[in-house]
Amino acid sequence: MIRIENLTKVFKGARVLDALSLEIATGSRVALIGSNGAGKTTLIRCLLGEYAHDGSVLIDDRSPRAQRAEVLKGVGFVPQMPPPLKMPVGELLRFTAQVTGADPKRFEIVAGRLGLTLEPIRNRPFVKLSGGMKQKLLISIALGRDVGLLIMDEPAANLDPPARKALFALLAEMPRTTMLITSHRLDEVAPLVDRVIELDGGRVALDDTVADALDRAAVLACRLAVSRREDAFARAMHEWGFRDADTGLVWEGEVPGPDRLRFLGTLSRYSGLITAVNLEEPRV
Amino acid sequence: MTAFLSAVRLDIAESTRARWFLLYSLVFGGIVVGLLVFGLTESRVMGFTGLSRLLVTYIQLAMAILPVFILITTVRSVAGDREAGVFEYMLSLPVPLGAWYWGRMLGRFAVVFVPVVLALLGAIAYGAAMGVAVPWWHLVVDVALLLSLTWCFLGIGFLISVLARSSDVAQTAAFIVWLVLICFLDLVLLGVLLRSSLPPDAVLAVALANPLQVFRTASMLLFDPQLVLLGSAAYVILDNFGITGYIVWALVYPAALGTATAGLGFLLFRRGDLP
Repeated sequence: MIRIENLTKVFKGARVLDALSLEIATGSRVALIGSNGAGKTTLIRCLLGEYAHDGSVLIDDRSPRAQRAEVLKGVGFVPQMPPPLKMPVGELLRFTAQVTGADPKRFEIVAGRLGLTLEPIRNRPFVKLSGGMKQKLLISIALGRDVGLLIMDEPAANLDPPARKALFALLAEMPRTTMLITSHRLDEVAPLVDRVIELDGGRVALDDTVADALDRAAVLACRLAVSRREDAFARAMHEWGFRDADTGLVWEGEVPGPDRLRFLGTLSRYSGLITAVNLEEPRV
Repeated sequence: MTAFLSAVRLDIAESTRARWFLLYSLVFGGIVVGLLVFGLTESRVMGFTGLSRLLVTYIQLAMAILPVFILITTVRSVAGDREAGVFEYMLSLPVPLGAWYWGRMLGRFAVVFVPVVLALLGAIAYGAAMGVAVPWWHLVVDVALLLSLTWCFLGIGFLISVLARSSDVAQTAAFIVWLVLICFLDLVLLGVLLRSSLPPDAVLAVALANPLQVFRTASMLLFDPQLVLLGSAAYVILDNFGITGYIVWALVYPAALGTATAGLGFLLFRRGDLP
């Protein structure tokens, strides 16, 4: 349970968080949305015990500021911008495992499911990895631990469709973990969450529930037909992992359930080209 | 303890990978090689010969280079890390702040201190192998003085890193601190202050409070007990303290100053915003 009461943070006279009060129940999945400067990152840093503030922040009745080591043992964090760490990947994994008490093998397993093999990159500086690799590694570190709270800042922003699919499956396997996922866009995260909180000017502008009957680990079978072969469309379909079933005129593939809004958004760019779409839920 | 040792190891590994460390090691290694080539002879310069002469020169050069190197590299990496977002991620891990702060300081201390002492010991070993007499007592005191000076400037560097919110400000502040301390050396402003009829006690207090002056006087005291090579404040200090008393002051005061500034830095670090 996260309990935030009258949380206020002021930077040089600007109130970035303005008497914010919130309660997030254990196991909830919350999308934290809002424009730049709305206070999302500041709220996250307060939850991580990184900012001094007025008001109170409690995670399971403990302050992440006063009891940081105990509280943060149960918190996994994926930042939006990977830090420019010069240390090799192996050293980052070793340090993280040492301070969190996690089993490094679990990092490897999660990374493998996201499509990242750690062995060849162990000696490479973290900062030299591609954006996608950094994101996968940080997700592996956060998800490869036994945490009660996951805080993820745009976690899928740099991931390719197969890795997104794997991430959604991994998140679905953690039903008791509380998740706080931030994004600029609701459609990016809506299928992953059951509650949406929008911040504006450091206050809660919207607090609503999301009704989604589809299983978060579900994968939808999809078949598409187009009127003519088009290279841009073919490239987009390849990015989604689709296969060409008829010389570029029929495409077949799978779409992760939580990603279907994004997928339909991709299709909307080719609406003049598409003659048939079949998106089928898995049979129970 | 695990977190503390992990932080120590992390800083040692990061520092030894950094370019500044390579340059730093080359500078001190180069000084020693240069001194061996040009200085380790039986030629008599200002009363010093052989390894004593090498020690005197090395210590004086270390006093000029070591503090500014420590200050600039420390504030660059610590404040730079915070600015670049490294702290946001690393401090989201369950590391106690004390373990992180003091672990990094101890790691940095090892990285800064070891090359300086290794270079010195290497020179001594070479000299001994060449049959030159080794001034053991001077060597032990010099190493202890270097240790105290290193800790002192690391503490100041960590305090500046905590106070400054950007690496540019931190670097400028570090340079100004170093410049002020250099200016208040015996042969520079202290002499001017004495000539401009400032009370001698005030000049003495400045000389005793300046860790660079304390280090310089103590290191020279070992070889030149009458301090004929130093300026006016040194005479007064010698009269008041005596040789042993002053060496003790020179060992304890910079270390205490380093601990106090680092401790103040830690209190501010713990109370303020981390990233």
